[in-house]
Amino acid sequence: MADYRKPLPQPTPETKPFWDGTKSGELRLQRCQSCSHVYFPPRPFCPECASRSVEWFKASGKGTLHSYVINHRPAPGFDAPYAIAIVMLAEGVKMMTNMVGVEQTPEALKLDMPVEVTFEQATEDITLPKWRPVGGAA
Amino acid sequence: MKPGSVAVVGAAETTQMGVIPDMSVIQLHADAALNTLKDCGLTPKDIDGVATAGESPVAISHYLGIKPTWVDGTSVGGCSFMLHVRHAAAAINEGLCSTVLITHGESGRSRIGAGGWGAAAASLAGQFEAPYGTSGPPSSFTIPVLRYMKDYGVTEEQLAMVAVVQREWAGRNPRASFRDPITVEDVLNSRIIAYPFHLLECCLVTDGGGALIMTSADRAKDFPTKPIYIIGTGESVESPMVSQMYDFHHSTAFQISGKKAFAEAGITPKDVDHLMVYDAFAHLPWYGLEGLGFCKPGEGPAFIAEGNTRPGGKLPLNTNGGGLSYMHSGMYGMYALQESVRQLRGTAPAQVPGAKISVAQGVGGMFAAAGTIIMANERP
Repeated sequence: MADYRKPLPQPTPETKPFWDGTKSGELRLQRCQSCSHVYFPPRPFCPECASRSVEWFKASGKGTLHSYVINHRPAPGFDAPYAIAIVMLAEGVKMMTNMVGVEQTPEALKLDMPVEVTFEQATEDITLPKWRPVGGAA
Repeated sequence: MKPGSVAVVGAAETTQMGVIPDMSVIQLHADAALNTLKDCGLTPKDIDGVATAGESPVAISHYLGIKPTWVDGTSVGGCSFMLHVRHAAAAINEGLCSTVLITHGESGRSRIGAGGWGAAAASLAGQFEAPYGTSGPPSSFTIPVLRYMKDYGVTEEQLAMVAVVQREWAGRNPRASFRDPITVEDVLNSRIIAYPFHLLECCLVTDGGGALIMTSADRAKDFPTKPIYIIGTGESVESPMVSQMYDFHHSTAFQISGKKAFAEAGITPKDVDHLMVYDAFAHLPWYGLEGLGFCKPGEGPAFIAEGNTRPGGKLPLNTNGGGLSYMHSGMYGMYALQESVRQLRGTAPAQVPGAKISVAQGVGGMFAAAGTIIMANERP
């Protein structure tokens, strides 16, 4: 872990509950208590109706592979090629991620395949949500 | 704005284009500005409004010796110059200034006097995108396209055709970086950058600049250049992160910006003779054609692949060769505007015969922002 060389997120007061969640193995989203809208990324008000009455909840951790690219020009710390993926969560929000437990090829990465969250500890403070095909590699 | 109330009277690019290792960013702005002043017979002392992106309008004003009464530093990426044109039109009509200089310069290739890239770790993109290995526009701007291609049944060959057609235009432009004809096979055999995008489906990275001078339509007739009237304008913004754009099938910002511009101009896509769509990557023209209403959703790829936008086609598109073959400094929007002006002046290397109305559609960031400018060479 000490030699983690990839870019790391720096949580802010508004996003800290999300990162506290991943650290404890929980994917958290926010829901508006006024209009029930579920949204991401985190903010302490509803982007749909502007209500400040919002709550955190544990997401299902299920979704589908919505889109991706397979990057051949690696960012610092990454070994190319690797997929940068977008998951459509069951709750209806999109999230960027990396796919794990699956070959990083167009043949293996089928759009709309069911995926589930898994957690990858990067440092003592930061754990990243990653996603994998449900039931192992496709 | 009132259609036709303001005109572009000066337009020029940097003296050189492509690789310019002997000029810093601010000098690229200045070189383009001096060429543009000369184009319409003005000096910096005649300018009382300055707009720019990348550099600050303070730096540009002082560097050129301009003491303005109005500035605009709107910086929303490569379409910032479309927004500057729009804001300048409003400022001129409101009497805040009379003669506006809009400048762009970027040392995209040589990086002389240029700043760095990357998102701060505490920004939303730094927290929710960068940790997953985005490495600049080639691996982020491209992310929506597999979704689009699957749902609309688009092939990789159709994506390649965008690059092939634009190279046909570039072949007619002596200043274009790449002019040799290419085939679909050439594109698909070029190096993979970020699947499904190959090298030839990604824009160039070059050095260059451009500038525009605008004034009221009433004053424009006193200039030596043919006035090009601004008849419709639009702008909007969407998301600072491509992963959070509202729908991967279309750019909401394009739709809002385009709708506003066409309504203002009182025209429909059928009235347009010439179109520029900022093409940082080969899928951008699809989103532009559909977002502006030239094609129905999902029909952009076939429209291009069938030859409608190539030389001799019914809708000439990206006639300078575009970001894919002409040049791309980083904020390409200025070059789309320059080509619209050239086409309407009748001075383009690949001139569209009789072009009267041109649309320039810009994008900023990775589908983060949009600007639309509609020009005409006759006052409505």
